Amino acid sequence: MAIVECTDVVKTYQQGKVDVRALRGVTLSIDTGGFVALAGPSGSGKTTLLNLIGGLDEPDSGHITVDGNPFDEMSQSRLAELRLNKIGFIFQAYNLIPVLSAVENVEYVMLLQGVGAGERRERARAILDEVGLSDMYNRRPAELSGGQQQRVAVARAIVSNPALVLADEPTANLDSKTGNGLLEMMAEMNRTKKVTFIFSTHDQRVMDYARRLIRIQDGRVAEDVDKAA
Amino acid sequence: MHFQLAWRNIWRNPRRTAVILIAVVIGVWSMVFLGALMVGVSDQMVRNSIATLTGSLQIHSPGYRADPVIDHSMDHPEEVISVLKKTLPVGAEWASRVRVHAVASNARHSSGVTLVGIDPAREAAVSFIGGAVDEGRYLDAEDPYGILVGRALLENYETRSGHKLVLMSEDAAGEIASRAFRIVGVYTAELAATEKQFVFVTKAAAQEMLGMGDAVSEIAVLLPNPTAGDDSAAALQSALPEQYAVHTWRELLPLVEAYLEINRKSVAIWYFVVFIAMGFGIVNTMLMAVYERIREFGLLKALGMKPGWIIRGVVTESLLLLMMGILAGNFLALSTVLIVARTGIDLSVFAAGAEFAGMPRVIYPVLKTEHVTAANLVVLVLGLIVSLYPAFKAARFTPVEALAHT
Ligand SMILES: Nc1ncnc2c1ncn2[C@@H]1O[C@H](COP(=O)(O)OP(=O)(O)O)[C@@H](O)[C@H]1O
Ligand SMILES: [Mg+2]
Repeated sequence: MAIVECTDVVKTYQQGKVDVRALRGVTLSIDTGGFVALAGPSGSGKTTLLNLIGGLDEPDSGHITVDGNPFDEMSQSRLAELRLNKIGFIFQAYNLIPVLSAVENVEYVMLLQGVGAGERRERARAILDEVGLSDMYNRRPAELSGGQQQRVAVARAIVSNPALVLADEPTANLDSKTGNGLLEMMAEMNRTKKVTFIFSTHDQRVMDYARRLIRIQDGRVAEDVDKAA
Repeated sequence: MHFQLAWRNIWRNPRRTAVILIAVVIGVWSMVFLGALMVGVSDQMVRNSIATLTGSLQIHSPGYRADPVIDHSMDHPEEVISVLKKTLPVGAEWASRVRVHAVASNARHSSGVTLVGIDPAREAAVSFIGGAVDEGRYLDAEDPYGILVGRALLENYETRSGHKLVLMSEDAAGEIASRAFRIVGVYTAELAATEKQFVFVTKAAAQEMLGMGDAVSEIAVLLPNPTAGDDSAAALQSALPEQYAVHTWRELLPLVEAYLEINRKSVAIWYFVVFIAMGFGIVNTMLMAVYERIREFGLLKALGMKPGWIIRGVVTESLLLLMMGILAGNFLALSTVLIVARTGIDLSVFAAGAEFAGMPRVIYPVLKTEHVTAANLVVLVLGLIVSLYPAFKAARFTPVEALAHT
């Protein structure tokens, strides 16, 4: 079953008087449980596509459906609810709220979801244990390394069992060893928790972790390889 | 956790928070303290004025206020007094007086004064004079030649207790009447002008000197709550025959009433000024704090936070700042008021000017719950309202542009 469906998605940005055509008609379908890489050079439209799939921005034309929810029919506030409950985000950097500790950052999303205090803390600690940060609960982001911060971001993204996690170049700011560790952990979460991951990258080694590789070029799908098949 | 987050957020930039707190503290402090000073001045002025022969209300013949001469006396005060007894609330005091212009003279000096003929026992319960004599003695019921004069008058006349003072005035028949009195007591008043203006003799002595029989010029009433005269005045006016006019202290002292009004307005203007300054400070600082965190708000929106929650978060930060500032400001203001209330602020350096304005020599601040509440509410409510602006700004960043912001 498809968790994400994009049909003829077009997105154009205005930069001064110039139209920048970031996406020129993207159609793709991603199945539940996938571990999918969006690969392509810088400026090819990966971030734009991920933002659209996450409902952070609206396409100029085309349709997007996530977990059976067609975005064209949804208000901003319904989209926010969908993100809160169904979609986890991991950005390249600055994913965490600086004044909250690791465990509080993970808890915060659950607070917004209305999870009770006791359960929040318990689940936040359990997930931090799973991403290998059991002795870092109370550190603030500034006291964590880049890799550790991204692990907290992954923990936060998956703590409430979302349908989909969107990661925009999650390893771009990490050295390759740390980056590989993070990807292995994401792959592990994908296997054990059956959470769909879509991540973007322009790094060949990162692409190797994906079971499906979608190459984006100049705002179009240039190649789509399902390695499992 | 929302409060925790807000609390930590406001301490991300301690210097900025300190600046905002100081602004709120100074604002609240100045509002409460200045308000208390104004109330203190007003209260003292009203109390002095009421005690200086005005009372809560007065009854006259209708023509007396325009032309205070013997012809406008009340010939049958007993009929007024029987109405007073029936109409006034328990605890009210009254005193009838003869009050005419006169000339006082001795060998050295001569000047115009107000001759007040009083019933010594009743007068003591109504006006200041009963407690103001600090040299010699107060008047006795039978005291046909005793006179009380003010300290300042004594100095003008270069005389002292025991010496004579001659009073002259027009009598009931329109002839010049005069009588030599002996100074039996000297009083001090809040204002030197009062000391120079009023000389007191017994009512009987004045009536005899001026040949007016049992007539009196005015009847002053002091109510248990001295400043509340309106209801009793209305009740008296309707109970009394038409040839009597009843006036409250507000009507008798239009200048004091005008001054009180100015006082109230200046406090309101001060509140406004403080608030404008503080409001701009709050908006500015909160805007800076919000713009520094654009990325974070984008992140929160990406995580699924709705605009309303972001607004609530920013407003909570303002609320915490305002509450802290208000608490400290009140604490400071209460301490200052308590300290200053003990010593008072001595205005005698500027006494001439102050006295001209009818202000007391030493002012004592007085806290009124409604003023303190008003100052606090102004700061809190308006503070929260102005912080909505930065809060809405924060909520309006779209996640994409906010996340692109570094
Ligand atoms: N907010 C924006 N305003 C103008 N142009 C933009 C904006 N965001 C992206 N673009 C342009 O759209 C194209 C695709 O960008 P992006 O999706 O960020 O690519 P990628 O993530 O693959 O590097 C680029 O040419 C970029 O310059
Ligand atoms: Mg990108």
